[in-house]
Amino acid sequence: MSNNLKSESRKLNFFYGNVHALKNVSMPIELNKVTALIGPSGCGKTTYLRCFNRMHDLYPHNRYEGEIILYPDNINIISSGIDPIEVRMRISMVFQKPNPFPKSIYENVAYGLRVRGVNNRKILAEKVEKSLRGAALWDEIKDRLDKPAFDLSGGQQQRLCIARALATDPEILLFDEPTSALDPIATSKIEELIIELKKKVTILIVTHNMQQAARISDWTGFMMLGELIEFDRTDKIFTAPSEKLTEDYITGRFG
Amino acid sequence: MEDIKKRIRITKFLDYIFAIVGLLSTLVGLVLLFTLFIDLFIDGAPRLSYKFMASFPSRFPEEAGILSAWVGTFLVMLVTAFAAIPLGIAAGIYLEEYAKKNWLTNIIEINISNLAGVPSIVYGLLALGLFVYFFKFGESILTGGLTLALLILPMVIIATREAIRAIPNSIREASYALGATKWQTVQWHIIPYSTGGILTGIIIGLSRAIGETAPIITVGALTFIAFLPSSPITSEFPFMSFKWLSDPFTVMPIQMFNWVSRPQAGFHVNAAAAGIILLLMTLLMNGFAIYIRYKFRKRIKW
Repeated sequence: MSNNLKSESRKLNFFYGNVHALKNVSMPIELNKVTALIGPSGCGKTTYLRCFNRMHDLYPHNRYEGEIILYPDNINIISSGIDPIEVRMRISMVFQKPNPFPKSIYENVAYGLRVRGVNNRKILAEKVEKSLRGAALWDEIKDRLDKPAFDLSGGQQQRLCIARALATDPEILLFDEPTSALDPIATSKIEELIIELKKKVTILIVTHNMQQAARISDWTGFMMLGELIEFDRTDKIFTAPSEKLTEDYITGRFG
Repeated sequence: MEDIKKRIRITKFLDYIFAIVGLLSTLVGLVLLFTLFIDLFIDGAPRLSYKFMASFPSRFPEEAGILSAWVGTFLVMLVTAFAAIPLGIAAGIYLEEYAKKNWLTNIIEINISNLAGVPSIVYGLLALGLFVYFFKFGESILTGGLTLALLILPMVIIATREAIRAIPNSIREASYALGATKWQTVQWHIIPYSTGGILTGIIIGLSRAIGETAPIITVGALTFIAFLPSSPITSEFPFMSFKWLSDPFTVMPIQMFNWVSRPQAGFHVNAAAAGIILLLMTLLMNGFAIYIRYKFRKRIKW
């Protein structure tokens, strides 16, 4: 898989002030595949994910060490010479709790484009439709694009957030436990969507739900206490893990 | 079993006692205020008329009116609003969204809360030194308006910050995650979502400023004015004038104070009538604040 990488972290360390939250995490992210991160609460998987769009830069006393290389440009996206805004324009994120803006459905999806200075109505309308179709939401809401996003159900709101992230054609899409606030039906819709999306975009997903990782991912990383314990093909991790810790975790002996 | 029943009886009795104490405390405040309103109304109502609103002060209580006072109050409030609103909102946004959280911003934060509690006469002294003697604005509407703006600035800043803090962090993260800059986030999210709270704070600040007397007297407002400031709107190009800013003035509470301190009973009636008008102005502003809060809350829910 080495020549088909979209990104890769090399000896990534991360600090919240004095707290050493990520320890030497080196992990590849394959192009147009789903890579899942599992592990007990507080293991650093969300911290790891949020390094990829420099979300940690929003808060004081946070510090990165090491590299996250983005291919094909071969740039280290956490180096201080790279503008976090540029990184966020190329790598989008979907959050744990659906967080649409208190604006219309249309404006939610168009927001990323407006940020980039797109004001042409025709282009906006096309992109909004394309993204909503991409997020499997178009047919449900095409007649009420001007209605407030908060009128949608939780699952629809999360798909709206996915559409919002898709509108700007990101290279990588980050998912931070995207279904933890949703019911099983909404969850399965999002899972189908993620499998569909990987044809076009590389996906990195953090999940609390091991079955979810097994269902949708191609690669899985198991993290504990800020370290990457094991990284392998998903079927291998879930059938024949090489580490004792991984086995204990996925068989439910702790976590 | 008997023990438990007894225990329940005792605690229920305490419950009952507190309900009565609470009700009485509430009533004391309400009844006193209500009596005050009624008393003011009975005293002043006979003098309320168009003539009262449209006349200048006079030596004869029956002919005296509050024209120069309410026009003065209106113009001073205009200056106050124009000065305090942009400064207060900008400072509030800066402190919440831009400033790094460290000891310096902590000190600033504590001091702003303290400034909101500084007695208004102290602002009057400050303004006398700064606006009248140093900047030489004179004993004018501009000075009066800026003085009251200083007074309510901390309130506007605090209201702005409270309103901004009510916006969930997930909204900011959603905006930044799409590549927005700070200003784009402030412009498209922070300001629109906090407008309701900010406007409410501004109006409450202004309705406090409208009743202030001490700082306005300190900077030299007059108590007897039988003319109006120059008109802001003119018949010749450019159709407006700012000469009124430098005109002497009086305001409603000063006019009231002036009348109350005279011996003739007729003037006391005038003071009560002016009090009714001032109260109505304040109630109107507060009512508007409640309406705005209601309207914006309905539009935005998290």
